[in-house]
Amino acid sequence: MSSNTASRYSFWIWPPLLAVCALMIWFAPSVSWLRTPPASWSLPVVDITNQVTDVFVGFAKPFFRAIGELFAYPMEALQSLLQWLPWPATVAIFTAFAWVAAGWKLSLFTVFALMYMVVTGYWAPSMNTLGTVLISVPLALAIGFGLAVITYSSPKVNRIVQPMLDFMQTVPTFAYLIPIMLLFGFGPVVGVIASAIYACPPMVRNMIVGLQQVPADIIESGRMSGATPAQLFWQVRVPNAMSTIMVGVNQATMAALSMVIIAAIIGSSADIGWEVLNQMRKARFGESLIAGLVIALFAMVLDRISLGFSDRSRAVARQHASVLVRSAPWAIALSVVVLCVAFAPQITWFSVWPEGWVFYPADSINAALQYVTKEYADFMKGIKNSALFYFLLPIRIGFVKAISPFSWGFALEPWMMHAYALGAGVLSLLGAWRFSWRIAVGVIIIATILWFGMTGIPWAVFILVVSTLAWQVAGVRVGLMSLFAWLFMVVTGIWDQAMVSVAMCLAAVLVCLLLGGALGVWASRSDRVSSFIRPINDTLQSMPLFVILIPFLMFFQIGEFTSFLAIIAYAIVPCIRYTEHGLRNVPETTVEAAVAMGSTPRQLLWNVKLPLALPQIMLGLNQCVMFALAMLVITALVGSKGLGQSVYIALSNSNAGQGLVAGFGMAFIAIVADRILQGWSLTRQKELGLV
Amino acid sequence: MSTTNTTGDSKDAITGSDVKISCRSVWKVYGDNADAKFQALSKHHTNANPLRQSLIDEGLIVAAADVSFDVRAGEIFIIMGLSGSGKSTMVRCLSRLVEPTSGEVLLDGEDLLSANDKELIKIRRHRMGMVFQNFGLMPHLTVLENIGFPLKLQGRSSQDRQARAKEVIKLVGLAGREDSFPRELSGGQQQRVGIARSLAVEPDVWLLDEPFSALDPLIRRQMQDEFLRLQSLLNKTIVFITHDFLEALRLADRIAIMKDGQLVQVGTPTELVLNPVNDYVAEFTKDVPRDRVITVGELAIDAANENLSKQLPEGTPTINGGTTLDSVMPLFESHPHGVSVEHKGENLGVVTPAMVIKALAQQQQPA
Repeated sequence: MSSNTASRYSFWIWPPLLAVCALMIWFAPSVSWLRTPPASWSLPVVDITNQVTDVFVGFAKPFFRAIGELFAYPMEALQSLLQWLPWPATVAIFTAFAWVAAGWKLSLFTVFALMYMVVTGYWAPSMNTLGTVLISVPLALAIGFGLAVITYSSPKVNRIVQPMLDFMQTVPTFAYLIPIMLLFGFGPVVGVIASAIYACPPMVRNMIVGLQQVPADIIESGRMSGATPAQLFWQVRVPNAMSTIMVGVNQATMAALSMVIIAAIIGSSADIGWEVLNQMRKARFGESLIAGLVIALFAMVLDRISLGFSDRSRAVARQHASVLVRSAPWAIALSVVVLCVAFAPQITWFSVWPEGWVFYPADSINAALQYVTKEYADFMKGIKNSALFYFLLPIRIGFVKAISPFSWGFALEPWMMHAYALGAGVLSLLGAWRFSWRIAVGVIIIATILWFGMTGIPWAVFILVVSTLAWQVAGVRVGLMSLFAWLFMVVTGIWDQAMVSVAMCLAAVLVCLLLGGALGVWASRSDRVSSFIRPINDTLQSMPLFVILIPFLMFFQIGEFTSFLAIIAYAIVPCIRYTEHGLRNVPETTVEAAVAMGSTPRQLLWNVKLPLALPQIMLGLNQCVMFALAMLVITALVGSKGLGQSVYIALSNSNAGQGLVAGFGMAFIAIVADRILQGWSLTRQKELGLV
Repeated sequence: MSTTNTTGDSKDAITGSDVKISCRSVWKVYGDNADAKFQALSKHHTNANPLRQSLIDEGLIVAAADVSFDVRAGEIFIIMGLSGSGKSTMVRCLSRLVEPTSGEVLLDGEDLLSANDKELIKIRRHRMGMVFQNFGLMPHLTVLENIGFPLKLQGRSSQDRQARAKEVIKLVGLAGREDSFPRELSGGQQQRVGIARSLAVEPDVWLLDEPFSALDPLIRRQMQDEFLRLQSLLNKTIVFITHDFLEALRLADRIAIMKDGQLVQVGTPTELVLNPVNDYVAEFTKDVPRDRVITVGELAIDAANENLSKQLPEGTPTINGGTTLDSVMPLFESHPHGVSVEHKGENLGVVTPAMVIKALAQQQQPA
């Protein structure tokens, strides 16, 4: 460890800090303001926000409504065009795109995916969704492109825009919807606007990165070729940044789709998102699964097509192909379109898929589901209850409340508490003796959390410990940022909900880290496992969030456990990916040296590869936390509590103040977690000499 | 054997004297507020060295310190230095890819630094070509499009571009690869594209920034030959950057050696080898086989006044002044009295075995 980082990790902060914390915990039962921040402390942030919003909305509404109208026309026109167009024509057009983007495999998949929409009778709502996406994506790309150009060309603007982008991506999706809904009213146009705004940041970010990464000698060769500044930008920088820009297009497209689906919550138009949501609310799981699959297939097709266009080797191959080969897919698609339109009056099933041909196995799915849930009821209840009683509850409310005859089968006796304290103390000393004082402090903190639970720990204790930790691993600024963020929760009166969210997130992230880490290790050692996991990861990543809820909802109904599983399913992906990537990218020479020294595979993993891959794994953990928080908000739909629920309730009450405060709270948690983990990863990388 | 031409490396010992590019006291300083600090400090110092030192003391990076040199028309002028010596900065000052902090750069007598953006673009479009170490090719364009790119920027028609690009492709020996993309080519081929592109606009000044450093040694050798062949056809004014002293010896008419942003010595390869100004230069020249650097022309001129030619027997061969000593020595076996030397029809005098031995022996003494 280098000397300057060593000085930052200072041991002497901890004993007095922990002593103060112990005192606070000791007095908490008798001093009420230590337990929960009193209501009199909270500032009227919500009310003020609401008043400001009201004034602004009252004043600006006509303007925004007019803009909404402006977008409503092309959207409705596009939607009716897509409805009018015979389905084989649309399928042909999509297939041509897929073919050009990524070859016959993808075009086959595209035919299959779109046929699924036709056959299940979801063609009409699917096309409405597509219409919305097709308006919002170009809008997002255009705004993103413009913003990126401005940001790129002015460092001053860049300094303002970059943190804004960071923030925009951490504010939960629902929170976006509230101000937009207030300004633009209800209806499908809100989806367009919200998704265009939501999809902007990845476009801007990727484009800026792409532009900045153009190699210096290419820029110089452009300048020496006599390029004017405009030529340099359009003919040198932009084409050279194209593959990164296309990654941005891909991410923006997926974000837009995701937002369009979520906007169904307030849009209530006849699109597929609304269909899924509606079925879910009615607890019709077979139906929601069938409709959810439409979204999933949509996501996959759009994802693969837009990714295909960002693949440079394919682009080169395209350029090499003869004109005939290049234009063939378009020619075929065009002739199919012409034929379909011409014969549509004669062949009615081109336009409307006959009722009798619809394949809609909702009833059989429901029956099968019912059979399974009945047959394995005890087993599933067992899983659910063990997870709740032995894991989720202790983290949230602590052993002190979780242990009861109803849950654990016995009541908590004083001697157990003493034994627990003694055990923790011994473990801590053991840690200090065998490893380092840091392990000892860690043991004390974890034991305290498990005993009192996130919601049971006095708020000041939590803030002190987390902010000190932030300061120690990531520097003074992050420490202060953490202090500010948590105090925000205190003064806005959302402390309790915030802690519920933190507890849920923590629990899910722990599982992701262990399970995902193990899978990542496995994938790093076996190419077969790796190539098996990769497409699953890709698919999970490109899925609009609330589709992921459906399968868990089917088996475990509404409730905390379902949210827990859904969060894990989504947030585990980065843990797996980064672990595998980190382990696979340990320098070859280091591995060879270790093998030559005679280390066993196990020693190689634990003593060489994992320590070197740790910074990468930390970044994976960082992403994991971000994903978990994003999903946490969505799980409010299936009854999780905490800040996500607050946002969701605010959304249904059109309460801008409450929604924004809770949304910002969420964003602050995300940003603090992000900075701490990144700071930690960076420190480690510096220590390892990797940066 | 009458007029024997050389078998070894030949280079013109004598070049035209009209100056094409002139660098006068060019400074380039990097760092916070570099310009202002330079302005302030340059008032206190009249000499370059103390000024440089005080700039460094201010925490600035001095990439070029008071660099002055002239490049003559049709000359191959090589700037040689190790990494961080400021050689790349210098070539960028000549093209204003890097804006010098102070000094003058004259191109055909006009001050390049006072040119506005528009004029500068015009100069780059028509009068300068540059080749880059890592090729700097546009990955999304084909070979043909890459070479035509400078012409495209000028707004020339597609037909016009293709015609010219095809001409240059033939010149660099890449005919048949017009529709390939850069990544489908080997490093040597990519640099041929880079060279072709820089020549597409028919510049008279040709700047090459370590053009062969990224290539394998064998390919590098080939490309050097290719480069000499092209120059014999085109007769450009060349500024060539390299960190490889042997490459510099092989190609240069004159070499400028740079160290820590300062010009250490400028001279012909022979001058550097025979009279290094300091230990730094001597270190480079130490292991150089002198017989492959020193030309008979240079010895003959030195000895011209001794007028030995009359004593030579009949049938003595006349050789080109650019011939290096290693290639002339085998001739002494049959002509022990020496050979006569000419350049472009002009008689330069005589070279005798004694003179060659003296020249080679001189260098054995420690510098």
